[in-house]
Amino acid sequence: MSFTIPIELEAELNELVTHYPQKRSASLMFLHAIQEHFGYISKEAMEWTAAKLELSPINIYELVTFYPMFRQEPAGKYQIKVCRTLSCALAGSGKLHKHFCEKFGLDSHAHGVQTSKDGEFSVEFVECLASCGTGPVMMCNEDFYEAVSNSKADEILQTCK
Amino acid sequence: MPQQYRLILKNIDAPGYTNDLDCYVRHGGYEALKKAFEMGPRVSPDGGTVSGPEKIRKTVLESGLRGRGGAGFSAGLKWSFVDRKSGKPIYLICNADESEPGTFKDRQIIYKDPHQLIEGMIISCYANDVHLAYIYIRGEFPEGARILKRALAEAKAKNLLGKKILGSDYDLEIYIHRGAGAYICGEETGLIESLEGKRAYPRIKPPYFPAILGLYMCPTIVNNVETLCHVRHIVNMGGADYAKLGTPNNTGTRIVSLSGQVKKPGYYEIEVGKVTIGELINHENFGGGLLDGRKLKAIIPGGSSAKVFKAGEKFKLKKKGADGQMTTVEVDMLDLPYDFDSLQAAGSMSGSSAIIVMDDSVDIVEALANLSEFYAHESCGQCTPCREGSLWMSKALHRMTHGEGRKQDADYLLNIAQNIQGRTICAFGEACSWPVLSFVKKFKDEFEAKGAADESRNKVAATSKVTIAASPQR
Repeated sequence: MSFTIPIELEAELNELVTHYPQKRSASLMFLHAIQEHFGYISKEAMEWTAAKLELSPINIYELVTFYPMFRQEPAGKYQIKVCRTLSCALAGSGKLHKHFCEKFGLDSHAHGVQTSKDGEFSVEFVECLASCGTGPVMMCNEDFYEAVSNSKADEILQTCK
Repeated sequence: MPQQYRLILKNIDAPGYTNDLDCYVRHGGYEALKKAFEMGPRVSPDGGTVSGPEKIRKTVLESGLRGRGGAGFSAGLKWSFVDRKSGKPIYLICNADESEPGTFKDRQIIYKDPHQLIEGMIISCYANDVHLAYIYIRGEFPEGARILKRALAEAKAKNLLGKKILGSDYDLEIYIHRGAGAYICGEETGLIESLEGKRAYPRIKPPYFPAILGLYMCPTIVNNVETLCHVRHIVNMGGADYAKLGTPNNTGTRIVSLSGQVKKPGYYEIEVGKVTIGELINHENFGGGLLDGRKLKAIIPGGSSAKVFKAGEKFKLKKKGADGQMTTVEVDMLDLPYDFDSLQAAGSMSGSSAIIVMDDSVDIVEALANLSEFYAHESCGQCTPCREGSLWMSKALHRMTHGEGRKQDADYLLNIAQNIQGRTICAFGEACSWPVLSFVKKFKDEFEAKGAADESRNKVAATSKVTIAASPQR
C-alpha cells in the first residue's frame, strides 16, 4: 500500500481517537481530516483508515458513499456550493447557480458536482445550509456568503487566486 | 404591542459582544454553573435526601421546558427516562446538526455565543451524571466547529471542563464531532449511529430508546442546542419563574427563524404563544409584512416537514374561556398563537420553529417539487417505502414542473405519500410525506390544473407530430 500521510496529520488523527471510547467513532473525523489534506478520499486512504481503526475497508467505504460531503475524486481548487432548498430558491439561488455554471462553461441542469476544464472551480447545488433568512447563500471552500447577487458572486470569484 | 423577548439572544448581536470566554464572563457567563454546583443536597418533604443534580433535574421538569429541536417533547421528562441504575456510563449529545430547511437559529448561538451552549451543556451533564459528552455539529459548519473547539479549549483552561471542575469532585469532557452533509443525522438515533462511526441509519424504537440503549448501547440524552441553552437560564431563574414566561404548557422563549418572501426575514426570539403567526409575518417588530404589492399564498409554520397552511385557512380550536368553560372558537391561520399546542391543534406543528412565507408569485407545484427533491436526496435508504416513495414523489413533481404533468398526478402523489407515513423506522417518513399531503390537498386545484394543461398541450403536440424535448431526468 503506497499511501503515506504526513507525521503532523497522523498525530492529529491519533489525538482524535482518544476522544472516543470506541475507535470506530473516529472514522468521520478521520475522513474529514484526510479530505481536507488531500482534497478527496482515495481507495488507499480508505484502506489506511480502516486498518488504523481496526476495521474492514467496507466500514469506511460505506461512509464515503453515504455522506454527501465526502469525495472519491478530486474537485476544483475552489469549491462553490450553492444552497438549493426552498428559502434560497425563493430568493434566487437558481439564478446564482446558473450564473456560476455559465461562467465556467458548465451545464446548469446537470446533477452533482461539476468542475471547470482548468480544474480551478467546482460548482454544485447542495441542500439547506441553515441560513434561510439571508438567501441565496453559498460556500466557497470553507467560507460562507449570504445574500449573494450575481455581482457579489463575481466579487467572491475575484478573491479566488 | 407584540415584541421580542430576548433571553437566549440577549447578548447576540449586541455592539461589542464577542464569542470569547472573557466577554461571556463579563456578561454574567458561567454564574449559572456556579449556582448549579452550589445546589447541595437537601431533605425532601418525604424525609429522603435530594442531591444537587437531582434538584436541577426537578427544576428543569418544573420549568416546563419543551425540546426546541422539532418534536417539542418535555426536556425534563426526557431526562427522567434515563436509566440511572444500569451501571453503564450516561452520555449526553448536543444535537447541533441544524438541517431542517427554514431553520437557522442554532447557527446564531454556535457562531456568536458558543459559551452559552457550553455552560448549558456542563450544567445538563452535571445534572445527569454525565462525564463524557459530544457536540454533533453538521459538516457544513466548519467555522462553527472551529469556534466551538476554541471555546471548549478556553473553558478547559479555566477549569470549567476537565478534572475536578471549579474545585468540585465533578469531571467532564466535551468533544466536537462533525457530520458530513446528511440531514438524517438530525434524527437522534441516526445521529447516534453516525457518532459511532456508521451510516446514519435510524434505530427502531423499541427497543433502542436513547435513554436506555443509546450511544454504545448506554443511556444517552440527545438535546438540541437551544434546549441546552435554556437550562442555563432555568437554573438562573428557577423553574417556577421560568415557567411564567410564555403560556401554560408552552413555557419559556423560543427563537423563530423567519424566511421567504417577507420584508425582514431573520431570527426573532419570542415568549412562546405570546405572538401570533400573523404578527410574526406582518408586524414591524418582526417580518414587517410581505413585499410590496404581494398577497400571502401559504406558509410553512415549523420547518419544511411541517404541514403547510394556506392563506385564509380557518381552524376550530378549543379555548378555555374566562369562566373556565371550554368553548370552540374559529381562528384564522394568521391569528394562531405561535406555540407548540396551537399549531398541533391546527393540524401542523411548530417543529423547529421555522416559518417559510410564500406570496402569490410562487408556483406552489414548484415549491413542493423543491422540497420533495430535498427529501429524495436525504432519505437514508433504510426503509423501502421512504427510499422508493420519496424518489417517486420527486420524479413525479419534476415531471410536473417540466411540462409533462398529468391530471391524475395529484392523486398519484397523495397515494404515494399515504403509503409512506407510518410505515418507516423513523419520522423521516412523515417528514417527506406531510409536505406532499398538505400541499396537494390544500392546493389540489392548482396541481390538477397544471397537470391537465400539460396533458392537453402534449396531446395536441403529439398529434401534430412535434417532438417534445425530454426533460432532464435526475
